[in-house]
Amino acid sequence: MANWPLDFLKLFLVTLRDVAPVVLLFAFFQFFVLKQVVPNLKKVIFGVVLVIIGLALFLMGLEKALFPLGNIMAIQLSEASFISKGYHDPSSWLAYYWVYIFAGMIGFSTTIAEPSLIAVAIKANQASGGTISIWGLRIVVAIGVAIALVLGTIRIVTGTPLYLYIIFGYIIVMVQTLFSPKKIIALAYDSGGVTTSTVTVPLVAALGIGLSSTVPGRNPAIDGFGLIAFASLFPIMTVLAYAQILELKNTLKKPSKNEI
Amino acid sequence: MRDPSKYFKKSYHILKYLFLKLRSAFMDLLPILSVVTFFQLVILRQPFPHFEEIIFGSIMVLLGLMLFIEGLEMGLFPIGGNMAFALTKKGSVFWILIFSFALGFSTTIAEPALIAISKEAARVSAEAGLIENAEGSRDSYALGLRLCVAFSVGIAILIGVLRILKGWPLYYILIGGYILVVIMTMIAPKEIIGIAYDTGGVATSTITVPLVTALGVGLASSIKGRNPLTDGFGLIAIAVMVPMIFVMAYGLFIY
Repeated sequence: MANWPLDFLKLFLVTLRDVAPVVLLFAFFQFFVLKQVVPNLKKVIFGVVLVIIGLALFLMGLEKALFPLGNIMAIQLSEASFISKGYHDPSSWLAYYWVYIFAGMIGFSTTIAEPSLIAVAIKANQASGGTISIWGLRIVVAIGVAIALVLGTIRIVTGTPLYLYIIFGYIIVMVQTLFSPKKIIALAYDSGGVTTSTVTVPLVAALGIGLSSTVPGRNPAIDGFGLIAFASLFPIMTVLAYAQILELKNTLKKPSKNEI
Repeated sequence: MRDPSKYFKKSYHILKYLFLKLRSAFMDLLPILSVVTFFQLVILRQPFPHFEEIIFGSIMVLLGLMLFIEGLEMGLFPIGGNMAFALTKKGSVFWILIFSFALGFSTTIAEPALIAISKEAARVSAEAGLIENAEGSRDSYALGLRLCVAFSVGIAILIGVLRILKGWPLYYILIGGYILVVIMTMIAPKEIIGIAYDTGGVATSTITVPLVTALGVGLASSIKGRNPLTDGFGLIAIAVMVPMIFVMAYGLFIY
């Protein structure tokens, strides 16, 4: 507890260092290329300071509290003693059912708390004139990550090759892309990219490596990876599917009009 | 302080505003807190280790998220949006593209996740005997990889912005790009493939995403005939894809 202020200062400086090149770039363009001052400069600077302090606090809280706890839980859930008491046949892949449920729920809940997804959802809401709701997009993306992690942990336990899932996944995404409403495509692919950000990656990586080191016959160096690739592929699918369902609903309701 | 009721009214409004923001940040974190509590108490049936650290940490996460979202709307979004607006008003495609490349390059080159991945990649490649296992050659390999990723993210943002300016449909770029990814996966050395797929995600840091999104939506809003939703998004998607292609090409070139 005693070194929290010091840790905060460290993380604050690290965040500041990450932001510095961007701030310099923007300042250079404002002063030398555009030759003008940013409107509401004071407010904007205050906002950037809030972002840096906020991110440093957020990261510190995660590192101190949630990540260690998540790691311990991932290891405990995949321990042989826990697996064998829950199911009549401990060698079956079904015996790991609590691991799959945990993976799905942790995938969903960490995605809801992902700051970059919140940013994209706010912008999507503004850009669509309110048609896309902030929570709607976040929930659909979170469901995508949940499905990804359930399948990803099943893959680690069963030991089926990663590339099969990835190739099959990309084929589905491509077919969906061809048939879904063109307006949503860019947002769907962007949502896939932002899920692999601050909150989800460390927890998911811990789960993958923990699971592949406890399941007999798995190698953490080979089987531990892939969960993150899954987590950025499946949200694209769920967002495209959501847009297709909405469009279908609209055409069924008003057969004469072409909306979306 | 002649009218205390006015003073109280003002502080009441500030408190109410803070409460609403805090509540919304709490709603964002509620799922993760409930999942962790449920599994710890009901499934694993264990008490929380370091209970006060967890409570304190959760409060930090809560306050941090609240400040971040507040600063997003006050700082990062206006910066990205104003830049897009000012650049299109200036009307110089040259400067817009220079800016786009510089934005992608500068946010990526210093990214801690990228530095970690490049070091790990250098170690793995040296152990596999693909490059000489000496400190000098490992360092130059890691630096080369970092430059390659930063350069490719710069190119990605440049392509993405050019697409917004020209109004090209995004799925041409994405489908074409992913076909290239698949081809490169087949011909690139095996050791680089995992690294290449991992570097795809490093361009999407929490600071970069809001800035790039605001820039894209801002550009699409200030150019006539562009739709902010259809054309404004997609920069992140391209920034995830292009590094995979470039890193696999780097692998082909270096081995």
